[in-house]
Amino acid sequence: MRVSDRIQGMLFIAPALIVLGICLIYPAYYTIRLSLYDGNFFFDFFHYIGIGNFKELLTQDPDFLDRSSFPWSGALVNNFRWVVVYISLSLGFGLGLAVLAVKVRYERAVKTIVFVPMAISATAVGLIWLFVYSPDPNIGVLNAIIHGVDPGYNPIAWVGRPSTVNYALIFAYVWASTGFAMVVLSAAIKGIPEEILEAARVDGAGEWTLFWRVMVPMLSLPIAVVTVWLFINVIKVFDIIYVMTGGGPGTASRVIAYSMYYETFQNGRPGYGAAIAVLMLALMVPVMLLNVRRFRSERITG
Amino acid sequence: MTTYEATQAVQPTTFTGRLVRFIGRVPVHLTLIIVTLIWLIPTLGLAVASFRPRSEIGSVGWWHAFFHPNWTLHNYGSVLHSAGMGHAFLNSLYITLPATILPLTLGALAAFAFAWIPFPFRDTIFLFVVALMVVPIQTSFIPLVKLFRDFGHLNNQFYGIWLAHTAFGLPLAIFLLRNFFIALPKDLIEAARMDGASNLAIFRRVVVPLSVPALAAYAIFQFLWVWNDLLMALVFLSDPAKRPMTVQIVTLLSTYGQEYNLLSASAFLLMIVPLIVFFSLQRYFVQGLLAGSVKS
Repeated sequence: MRVSDRIQGMLFIAPALIVLGICLIYPAYYTIRLSLYDGNFFFDFFHYIGIGNFKELLTQDPDFLDRSSFPWSGALVNNFRWVVVYISLSLGFGLGLAVLAVKVRYERAVKTIVFVPMAISATAVGLIWLFVYSPDPNIGVLNAIIHGVDPGYNPIAWVGRPSTVNYALIFAYVWASTGFAMVVLSAAIKGIPEEILEAARVDGAGEWTLFWRVMVPMLSLPIAVVTVWLFINVIKVFDIIYVMTGGGPGTASRVIAYSMYYETFQNGRPGYGAAIAVLMLALMVPVMLLNVRRFRSERITG
Repeated sequence: MTTYEATQAVQPTTFTGRLVRFIGRVPVHLTLIIVTLIWLIPTLGLAVASFRPRSEIGSVGWWHAFFHPNWTLHNYGSVLHSAGMGHAFLNSLYITLPATILPLTLGALAAFAFAWIPFPFRDTIFLFVVALMVVPIQTSFIPLVKLFRDFGHLNNQFYGIWLAHTAFGLPLAIFLLRNFFIALPKDLIEAARMDGASNLAIFRRVVVPLSVPALAAYAIFQFLWVWNDLLMALVFLSDPAKRPMTVQIVTLLSTYGQEYNLLSASAFLLMIVPLIVFFSLQRYFVQGLLAGSVKS
């Protein structure tokens, strides 16, 4: 290790580290500290209250977590619903499409069409689906289709009712993310050696058995990777909700990131917002450890 | 014999064989066609609405427009001028270009050092950067907004959001590019060193030219990320005159909630740049996306 290399190495990474220090590392410290305070308009450490914010968040704030009636509700529960429904649907559609598309000649066309929404802003996706869900059957294609099948049907305001709003939002986002799962899994499927599939077929395995007993186990790593990516995406989901419902009707479609934005910038409670940000950071820690561990093990093997 | 049978199973030669095969695969085709329609129709509806006069949108469904065509470009004229989308389009560009070039440059420099210059605690610092990749942006909102407010009102200018996007783009840039750089042939770098080339010269003349695919993949990924972002623009830009398209559309939505002709034209303006990037640079785009999650 030459002396000039030591210095030059540090000089090369210095600009990046300075930016990271100012915009990520110092802020993380500040936010964690602020979460123990009642903040004020100037985002100062105004009044120390210990874990008061977290206590309120988890026990006294029905907009965030309401355990008074079953099923529970609130932003945290909504976000949990997102985690389960969004991840399983995106993964399921992506895997199904990847498996089916390789069987046909127009594979490329199908994959391109499903993938395009990945390039589009969540803001545009939100507008696209506001049209689809519109209660006016001359605008909303979903209501128009149901009306066409059943003329006695009364159009539903899909994003205007607490009972349907979350699933309507989730489906719109699944629509935007399925392409990602499909492309990753499709690449992985093509990496499975043809001899293995052929051997299973010769042994009399049907397509269904082949899928569940051979392909899915062989795809466990890419499936895990896609799941982690979808998880990261779903914990930070915000834009599409802000555009389509603004967290409403009422507070019915709020999620963690929405509550963080609302409490900090609209409700004037930065300390409380900081506590929500800390909660988000805590949810990310397992992913962080997973990334670091994966990188370490690869350095040893590779 | 076995070979013959296996071939026949894959590619039937008789008419009956083909027919049986075709019928057997109808469910596959049907599923794929339905799925493709679900993915096409919503975007198509928006596109059609953006070319229809306002008077027709609420009275006749967009799917009728194919049978009674009455197209107009009027909506685009209105949103570009009176609705401020033209100005917002320029703001989006003005935000996105530096917010792509900065993390690309700083990230490539750091990635080169992490890959090819030995210095103390190199791998520990790199692991730390890897850990930063998943820190949620929300953790930085409050302190950064305070910082920008306190120092020269950066929240009213573009500097603040450039800096914020650079910081959030850097960990991925460093991670991706370092993994690409380290796979370059060692002999090449060593030979350049032997010839007396400095680190900066090796970076500029050897590493960068050989890494165009990786640099392009990251640049496209970051460009689209910044272009499509709504949340960070909401938080870090408080001057209404500097709003990018995403924020402008949300503003239009709250003022013109029912004017679907204007909203759809605005959404299409927002989508047009990503679509062009996507269709012209699809290979790099998919690579960048896959690399961001899969390659490690």
